[in-house]
Amino acid sequence: MSREQLSFVRSHMLPEAPPPTAETGAIKWLRENLFSSPANTLLTLVSAYVIFKIVMGAAPWFINGIWDSPSLTACREILGGKVGGCFAVLTERWNQLLFGFKYPPELYWRPTLAFVLLFVAVAPVLFIKYLPRKLLVFTGLYPFIAFWLIWGGPIATPVFALLGVLVGIFVYFRLLRTSAGVAVIAGFLAALVFWILSGYLKAPFDGFLAMEAVASRDMGGFMINLMLGVVCVSLSLPIGILLALGRQSSMPIIKWICVVFIEFIRGVPLITLLFVANVVLAYFLPPGTNFDLILRVIIMITMFSSAYIAEVIRGGLAALPRGQYEAADSLGLDYAQSMQLIILPQALKISIPGIVNVAVGLFKDTTLVSVISMFDIVGMIRGPILASPEWNGVYWEVFGFACVLFFITCYGISQYSQWLERQLQTDHR
Amino acid sequence: MAAETQMKISDEVAIEIVKMNKWYGAFHVLRDIDLTVYQGERIVIAGPSGSGKSTLIRCINALEEHQKGSIKVDGTLLSNDLKNIDKIRSEVGMVFQHFNLFPHLTILENCTLAPIWVRKIPKKEAEEIAMHFLTKVKIPEQADKYPGQLSGGQQQRVAIARSLCMRPRIMLFDEPTSALDPEMISEVLDTMIQLAEEGMTMICVTHEMGFARKVANRVIFMDQGQIVEQNEPEEFFNNPQSDRTKLFLSQILGH
Repeated sequence: MSREQLSFVRSHMLPEAPPPTAETGAIKWLRENLFSSPANTLLTLVSAYVIFKIVMGAAPWFINGIWDSPSLTACREILGGKVGGCFAVLTERWNQLLFGFKYPPELYWRPTLAFVLLFVAVAPVLFIKYLPRKLLVFTGLYPFIAFWLIWGGPIATPVFALLGVLVGIFVYFRLLRTSAGVAVIAGFLAALVFWILSGYLKAPFDGFLAMEAVASRDMGGFMINLMLGVVCVSLSLPIGILLALGRQSSMPIIKWICVVFIEFIRGVPLITLLFVANVVLAYFLPPGTNFDLILRVIIMITMFSSAYIAEVIRGGLAALPRGQYEAADSLGLDYAQSMQLIILPQALKISIPGIVNVAVGLFKDTTLVSVISMFDIVGMIRGPILASPEWNGVYWEVFGFACVLFFITCYGISQYSQWLERQLQTDHR
Repeated sequence: MAAETQMKISDEVAIEIVKMNKWYGAFHVLRDIDLTVYQGERIVIAGPSGSGKSTLIRCINALEEHQKGSIKVDGTLLSNDLKNIDKIRSEVGMVFQHFNLFPHLTILENCTLAPIWVRKIPKKEAEEIAMHFLTKVKIPEQADKYPGQLSGGQQQRVAIARSLCMRPRIMLFDEPTSALDPEMISEVLDTMIQLAEEGMTMICVTHEMGFARKVANRVIFMDQGQIVEQNEPEEFFNNPQSDRTKLFLSQILGH
């Protein structure tokens, strides 16, 4: 080749062109994904056979299922030797599975309404970009409404609790100018003082707008799992953030309190903490104090999961480049501002998969309360339902139902978190 | 020093560093730094890597702590008092080698964040200021994009605009062009030159000697944590005094 042929000058730039239109279609997909090689073809056929066998085995169990029958023996008689599930246990014990066996049936509407309102309360937090911020007011009120609906009693109890919170917030904002630390402590103390005082003030209002009270020990079923899951997740996230920040603090006392708390809680099985909540805690409390069992369990599960969430968030904080801290500092933002505006939004975004992991785990762990004789859905199944003469021997149907309930909830959480991650993606990699 | 009186642009002292020392553990990074910067001065700090140039300017806005000596910025003594530190930081803008834009915020939000939260300026007004400075660095049309969608040079210009939105009295540049592709260096330098022409007090750590020649009214050469030589750019480049400076210049201007 001569020298002239090698030299080249482009006379015009090439315009942007679309990629060649790929051949698409089901057959191409099948060939590429299922039958691309002999080994692949063999695997496809074997898998198809296995799936076929499973479906053929399970289908009659579902199709022949009995949905209306008073007991297992009656159900088996109807089936007459055929394979089939006794789903009648679900319809017959539906309310027990959801609300427990002691919750007054005429009051079922109250937890149901609380459950429906839960979605209204959670939506503005989950979809903050798409819903007006004013709806967050309802989210703030929801805990008090839900408490009143589920436990009943005079409306004064949640109202005074709410007023205490408002007093605390008011004191916090009044003192915020002087020092954030003082404001937090003073706000907390103010709320506490208000609650103690309101204990004396409340009596005259006890008859006012009082709903029939339901004791904690009368609650049960999936309701308990949901209550514990929602309360503990929403409490342990802020506590976990504080613990994670505390662990990074330059103040040694705060740092060591956080480290000791996290390491201790993480080193102890949840079940032992629940036994502590159930039995041991009572020894430390003054005699006669009626410290609600559900409240004790909530405290223990929250402590447990906030320690885990703190470590997940610490991972997120560690993943941020130092330059982000420096840029925030160099602009004159103070510690609280740089955490709130720069560091946490990014660290939490990185931590979403880990946080969801803890949240889903926590939600499923709420079934552990069945070992301290609380009748959550697993406690209900193992206790009142399986022990009853009518339904002794029904396992697949009831435990399968519990699985389905948990799966729907956890899968929902997981899908939401993936959607949220896509929403927050700004780096366009 | 006779030269110093000529170099003075004003009598107003912007930064006064006296006998400042810094250690990383046992390692003595900065040794007896004495430096007075007058309002309106444009100073370029050069030197081999590890000579403490970046550490020096990071001490000025307290990103690094010094252990001995004193630093006064705009009359405020830099101490452990957080209020003083935050005050100084809001007066001193800083541009980093790796831009350090906030990736979760849009360009506009990056620029309005500090004015809104630190200066307590209303959002509307902060956005106007931000657009003003984004126009000045010639990227107003990118205001609604995220940093990840911009080129390196554009990101660095946003970083400059972000600092300017705080209306700082002093700007620190920590190797602003070192992480950029060669094609993008000049757009950032042009922005810096424009800023210098408007009379901003600037301290730049940079290896861009052309920029130093053109813009600086004083060049400082550092080695082993000390100021080895400082002079007007003409004198500094054409007639370096110390052997260490001569060696450094021959190495970076050699080809």
